[in-house]
Amino acid sequence: MRFGVVTFPGSNCDHDAYHVIKHVVHRDVEFLWHKDTDLSGVDAVILPGGFSYGDSLRCGAIARFSPIMESIKDFANAGGPVIGICNGFQVLTEAGLLPGALLRNQGLTFICEDAWLSVDNGHLPWTGHCPEEIVAPIAHHDGCYFADDETLARLEGEGRVAFRYCDRNGNVTPEANPNGSLNNIAGIVNERGNVLGMMPHPERNAEAELGDASGAWVFRSVVRSFLEGEVGR
Amino acid sequence: MRIRVHVTPRVGVLDPQGKAVAGGLKSLGFNEVGEVRVGKVIDVTVEGLSEEQALERGRAMAKQLLANEVVEDFDVHVSAN
Repeated sequence: MRFGVVTFPGSNCDHDAYHVIKHVVHRDVEFLWHKDTDLSGVDAVILPGGFSYGDSLRCGAIARFSPIMESIKDFANAGGPVIGICNGFQVLTEAGLLPGALLRNQGLTFICEDAWLSVDNGHLPWTGHCPEEIVAPIAHHDGCYFADDETLARLEGEGRVAFRYCDRNGNVTPEANPNGSLNNIAGIVNERGNVLGMMPHPERNAEAELGDASGAWVFRSVVRSFLEGEVGR
Repeated sequence: MRIRVHVTPRVGVLDPQGKAVAGGLKSLGFNEVGEVRVGKVIDVTVEGLSEEQALERGRAMAKQLLANEVVEDFDVHVSAN
């Protein structure tokens, strides 16, 4: 299985993602340039964190017009696994691959801290082998998940909330919500479940040197799903 | 010709910046202040379009890029300069 990590102008977590896939999950990985128009036959795509195009206008608004995004849309619509982390999540919502939007954090400050995440749906390609809770750092200014009532009801009803912010004991409480996201939402998937967007950074807690390494399970999950034929084009 | 696009947070969408600004105004003594919504203004200069065409193009720009209609509303105004 081979991963592709997209580099947009302003991406700054592309090397972290590359490192985790190559040296922790031990799969092939390559960088995909935003101006490329094909995905070089990769089996999964990572849209990394960062500040693509300097967050001009709105976070992710300009990156969605990068030439590579057309191929990513086709890949996602064909069932290929895609994860957008932080800015990557913002790009996926702007591109219409995931519903809703990421607003300025409710407290208006940039937040950089570990976040405890309750795995709300552990039967998705990206969560299938995750433990009940994982820890993944957040580092964002615009991470407050918003969707209209109808969309939110659909996401909840269809089990499309992958992760919710919780406390250290796994309780999803208002106090554990760092940024004002509706229903403590930290990550959602598309209808088919192959496209995941999440604000926290699982790649920053994938090795014991950096924490409990529980973030690695997001990537291991998709590898297993792919190898078992549960996800992929 | 100038197309001016006003982008504002949709009704019902949380606007923490507006809330912070309202708090600031009140602490300055503007006790009459109710709700504040913070948006943005985008000016686009165009050439060779009639007023009507400019308005139509401006709306298309707002829909496709300048506003995110999931969370924002927009109005488009056209002026000679």
